[in-house]
Amino acid sequence: MGDVLKCKFCDEVATVHLTQIINNKIHKVDLCETCAQQKGVSDPEGFSLAEMLMQSNAAMGSDDQQLQCPACGFNTSDFRRTGRMGCAECYTAFEPILEPILEDMHSGLKHTGKVPSHALNRQSYHTRLHHLKAALVRAVEGEAYEEAAKYRDEIHALESGASEQNKVNKA
Amino acid sequence: MIESIIGGRKAELTQSSKRTAPVVLSTRIRLARNLADSPFPQRANLSQRRVVLTDCVSQIQRLESMESGTFIEIEQLSDLEKQVLLERHLISSELIESSKGCGVYINSEQTCSIMINEEDHLRIQFLKTGFNLKSLWKRINSFDDAIDQYLNLAYSEELGYLTACPTNLGTGMRASVMMHLPGLVLSENMEKVTRAVGQLGIVVRGHFGEGSDASGHIFQISNQQTLGESEPEILERLGNVLKSIIDQELNARFKYLEDKPELLMDQIGRAYGVLQNAHVLSSNEAMHLLSLLRLAVDFNFLPESRRAEVDRCFIECQPGHIQYDVKSDIAPELRDTARAAKLRSVFSKLPPLSFDSLEENK
Repeated sequence: MGDVLKCKFCDEVATVHLTQIINNKIHKVDLCETCAQQKGVSDPEGFSLAEMLMQSNAAMGSDDQQLQCPACGFNTSDFRRTGRMGCAECYTAFEPILEPILEDMHSGLKHTGKVPSHALNRQSYHTRLHHLKAALVRAVEGEAYEEAAKYRDEIHALESGASEQNKVNKA
Repeated sequence: MIESIIGGRKAELTQSSKRTAPVVLSTRIRLARNLADSPFPQRANLSQRRVVLTDCVSQIQRLESMESGTFIEIEQLSDLEKQVLLERHLISSELIESSKGCGVYINSEQTCSIMINEEDHLRIQFLKTGFNLKSLWKRINSFDDAIDQYLNLAYSEELGYLTACPTNLGTGMRASVMMHLPGLVLSENMEKVTRAVGQLGIVVRGHFGEGSDASGHIFQISNQQTLGESEPEILERLGNVLKSIIDQELNARFKYLEDKPELLMDQIGRAYGVLQNAHVLSSNEAMHLLSLLRLAVDFNFLPESRRAEVDRCFIECQPGHIQYDVKSDIAPELRDTARAAKLRSVFSKLPPLSFDSLEENK
């Protein structure tokens, strides 16, 4: 009869049946012995059903848009296959497909926890530097040399300020 | 390679002189962190991984709290050494599998281990005996502040700390408490509890083995979600669930004691006898007997001071530790003999079981 449950990942007969409740939704997964081992079901440290569900959900929607991370070259199918991101930039690149996945996994979509002040400072430093350099290029191209000199000085000040900061940090 | 760690005289889990508690063995918090400028470890090539490793190690070494720590490159460890560290939860099986270009930093008290190039660039773990979520968070939080100062962490205002797997996104924090729950197992309530707390986003895992009858009756209980709540909120919620599990466990124990005192005394008495006299003990059986002995301490059948010894044996009777102890490659059967010998010697001076507390209650 068609009652034999098949493994979610291959077509073998499923002998491991898992149930976990994530965000009040019941998730059931049937696995064969081999896949269960591979997915770390027998490893109490490494196993999370949410993680595995995400991977299998990810594996299903194969016909959606092909996105690619400009920083590390990771693309949608890499993400669907591994369930993991390639680098920090991937989170920007894969934003369009991320929301439903995160909704299934977490209690919210926005970080409300700790804010690392140094990481934020560095980020705003890089953004400002980027803007100033672009403005400098525009000014030079428009032959607005007075303005360009102003930007150059600002960049200089920002950079030397940052290296001072670096010295403090690395001291 | 790891003698300094295993032979250490002040390891939190095995040498702690602090008072141990019923039900809760230890508390652990780990934070997943990544560097902004390098692909995540699985995606990075070996030379990129080496750069991350060198960077992280040189920065971590400068931290005051890490001065007395040891850095170990996983590649340089034997399989047995890896297993011993794994059994102590100082490294993970994922780190072992990564093998090349990864390592771990362990402080001398073994209360802090930092895995480098595991699933994420950094996995910072702090642990303490007993039920200590808040104080542990304070310590790991300030350690993390120092890391932020020296290393450029991947972070977004929207999604928080960016991690290789989206399941860890946001706080990157997993807090877990190791609990000894023989009452809930013996009264067959463990599955119900697992299901109930699951609805609250809390995960229960058997520690030494699988499912609801984990050997040693030891379970690791942790938060599942990491995004959408702040760290103190997650810890508060987890803490409340754990407190109610402790209550239920104690209720289950006293109900068992009231309903079946002879059965309970018999089980504990047999465990006592076997631990003092057995010559062959498998890991599973040892865990089960140790669990009953711990229960005996909790019921005051044995002096409170003996609990630390039992907790130490839970760790040191695992296969890797036994093998490491005898310093040679031995077959599993001989390991069982060595384990029994060790337990006989540890418990040879155990005072007789005293069931007076039971009589008083009658």
